[in-house]
Amino acid sequence: MANTTHPPRDRDISAALGERVRKADAEGTPLRIVGGDTKAFYGRQVQGRPGEVEALSTRDHRGITGYDPVELIVSVRAGTPLADLEAALAEHGQMLPFEPPHFGGAATVGGMVAAGLSGPRRPWAGAVRDFVLGARVITHTGDEQRFGGEVMKNVAGYDLSRLMVGAQGSLGLLTEVTLKVLPRPSASHGLRLEMPLEQARQRLADWGRQPLPLTAAAWQDGALHLRLEGGPGSVAATRERLGGEDLEADFWESLREQRLAFFSGEDGRPLWRLSLPQRARLEAEGLDEHAMLHDWAGAQRWLRSDLPAETLREACASAGGHASCLTPGAAEPFTPLAPVMAKYHRRLKAELDPRGIFNPGRLYAEL
Amino acid sequence: MNIHYDARLDGELPRRDKAEVLAALQQAAPGLTLLHREEDLHPFECDGLAAYRVLPMLVALPETLDQVEALLKGCRELGVPVVTRGAGTGLSGGALPLEQGVLLVMSRFNRILDVDPDARTARVQPGVRNLAISEAAAPHGLYYAPDPSSQIACSIGGNVAENAGGVHCLKYGLTVHNVMKVEIITIEGERLTLGSEALDAPGFDLLALINGSEGMLGVVTEITVKLLPKPETAKVLMASFDDVGKAGRAVGDIIAAGIVPGGLEMMDNLAIRAAEDFIHAGYPVEAQAILLCELDGVEADVDDDCDRVRQVLEAAGATDIQQARDEAERALFWAGRKNAFPAVGRMSPDYYCMDGTIPRRELPRVLQGISDLSDAYGLKVANVFHAGDGNMHPLILFDANREGELEQAEELGGKILELCVEAGGSITGEHGVGREKINQMCAQFSPDELTTFHAVKAAFDPERLLNPGKNIPTLARCAEFGAMHVHGGELPHPELPRF
Repeated sequence: MANTTHPPRDRDISAALGERVRKADAEGTPLRIVGGDTKAFYGRQVQGRPGEVEALSTRDHRGITGYDPVELIVSVRAGTPLADLEAALAEHGQMLPFEPPHFGGAATVGGMVAAGLSGPRRPWAGAVRDFVLGARVITHTGDEQRFGGEVMKNVAGYDLSRLMVGAQGSLGLLTEVTLKVLPRPSASHGLRLEMPLEQARQRLADWGRQPLPLTAAAWQDGALHLRLEGGPGSVAATRERLGGEDLEADFWESLREQRLAFFSGEDGRPLWRLSLPQRARLEAEGLDEHAMLHDWAGAQRWLRSDLPAETLREACASAGGHASCLTPGAAEPFTPLAPVMAKYHRRLKAELDPRGIFNPGRLYAEL
Repeated sequence: MNIHYDARLDGELPRRDKAEVLAALQQAAPGLTLLHREEDLHPFECDGLAAYRVLPMLVALPETLDQVEALLKGCRELGVPVVTRGAGTGLSGGALPLEQGVLLVMSRFNRILDVDPDARTARVQPGVRNLAISEAAAPHGLYYAPDPSSQIACSIGGNVAENAGGVHCLKYGLTVHNVMKVEIITIEGERLTLGSEALDAPGFDLLALINGSEGMLGVVTEITVKLLPKPETAKVLMASFDDVGKAGRAVGDIIAAGIVPGGLEMMDNLAIRAAEDFIHAGYPVEAQAILLCELDGVEADVDDDCDRVRQVLEAAGATDIQQARDEAERALFWAGRKNAFPAVGRMSPDYYCMDGTIPRRELPRVLQGISDLSDAYGLKVANVFHAGDGNMHPLILFDANREGELEQAEELGGKILELCVEAGGSITGEHGVGREKINQMCAQFSPDELTTFHAVKAAFDPERLLNPGKNIPTLARCAEFGAMHVHGGELPHPELPRF
């Protein structure tokens, strides 16, 4: 029995996890894979007949299995708290460059990969998937398999480790992941510039063509918020050039964790995430771009709206993007796939999870 | 073990009458250029892995997507395999034709469709050359980051198929990090859009899956790439070392100092001498190793970083450190490195370029292992190394006109790759598996893992008509490969069926 007062640390329970999966596959039992359960709201409910779905927790499968700061690579078990990983990296002046949101202290590394969400630095640094180098996955047969590698560059075989990112656990049970990490920037400064949305858009497009040390940009309510990061020289020079007022130190974390007033639950309308080309204009009856929070220099927009999902999705689709609903209970949180895309998704799911045991229905009803 | 397609190990391919296939495809895809006379097929018999040549049954040179679609559907109906080829510069034989197959050449899709300086993207056809994208973006102060050594000639479609890298990967990533959207046509003739012009797309990350899939899942017909603003400045330091191990440790020290160089390359003495003879870059021919460290970004930061790197290199025991004085000298320093392969080619009638990746800390041990193998086989090996990201390119010198020497070189190469796997690395960092490293895949992956790869293939191409025999070996091939690597009288994977 595990000691309940001191949570078990650094344990390898992959054999037990494999056994659970093997049994579930034999019996056709749908598994609801759970890490810290901080992102349950993000996606559909795992589906199955009443009482049939079994929860499978990865939380006891934890620990950093390999971290050599000089290699810029860390390998970590799926149940490891994200906060523990970030603390270990910070000790060596390193970080996860994609700034994953936690949405709670219990957030795990496995959940971070399965959800595939990235923070404010994403347009400049890349997304979760860009830093995944390798993964261990328990497949439907219960075997733990290794894909990708523990090196920076590896093109042997199909890139199954990146395929796991954002797949919401629907293709296999992620047990370990190897990530590329980077040194933290030596200087960082946040600033706030009053300007209307149109001007912010134009500025961001202009700055995008220049080698500025920009690593976050969000417009809301008449102000553009910027983060400058790099060497002290470039940050100081850019700060002087752009002017504006200093931004509170926790602004970007509050944005990432959805703790800004914009996200507060008091507004009863559903919360939408619109993923769009940075400069796309959205046009639909009742849609006010000025009421949105434009993160990622405009490529990720947050919106409180009770417009019909179809209206929002059509507007996003014609602008080259898509829309997800983050408020629990939405019939389809994610944009439905075009029929031909859905076909290949179904085939991939059927090949990798023939009995449909891994988080069935979590991403889409048919997967 | 031979890498030629072997129906016994790689699976039977249907035998079709060439004249019938030609007639059927002419009918299926009106107006499509189909080459069929032997003299017309010869230019396509190999890619950059020129030691292997196979005459395809037919060569198709489509000009429209409808022709590609009709060709794929036609081939599927006939059960004829299709090998897709871009510029043919690949080094792993990924575009090596099949005798019973059609070679689909995408070189006529060579238009840059759109460069959007505000969105910082370029939409291009697959036959566009890698360097041409940066040239088209240059007037806007932008460029396309991945820069494989073959960038003058290689095409972006092939870059996607191989997930091509280059000398700036540590900081700027591989192809997969720089491509936003890819259009493909499947063997069933269906058109899919993977990724989007936004920063993500709903559903599985099939965009990640298609990068590096070596033409096994679909035919790439259009690519939208991300463009980056040109760094304000780039400066390069060249450090000499009297010991390869010291140079290897210096690489780690630079990273440990919190610096991510734009490029960090290492060459050993043989490679230095070859490059210097050819390019006259001013390389120190007495050094056992040199490091080229490029720092790019905003002027003030780059100057700071140059000072810090210089201190690190001195502390690591560099015997000499030079900083390129101007852009011309910087280009010259790089010219030596970028021409290292042809430079080595001048020293020897033939050379064989390897592409293993290792954790950097294993460098001294792996270099020693390579040196021991080189002695054992009596073949010289020059080492060129993307030191920043652990990607080694040992170049094995040999003479194909000497009886058995090609086979010796290949065997030595295979051993080097197995050494990389033992050190916790990979058999290929950026050149791909293709046909070249099909056997070494058996060393890197277990039969269960290979079975999962085959399952992914089956989701896109259940009849295995796209580039059969490449990238993922059959279990039968691995059983045979295992049989040649008998340890202590025991056959690895004795449970595997032989066919």
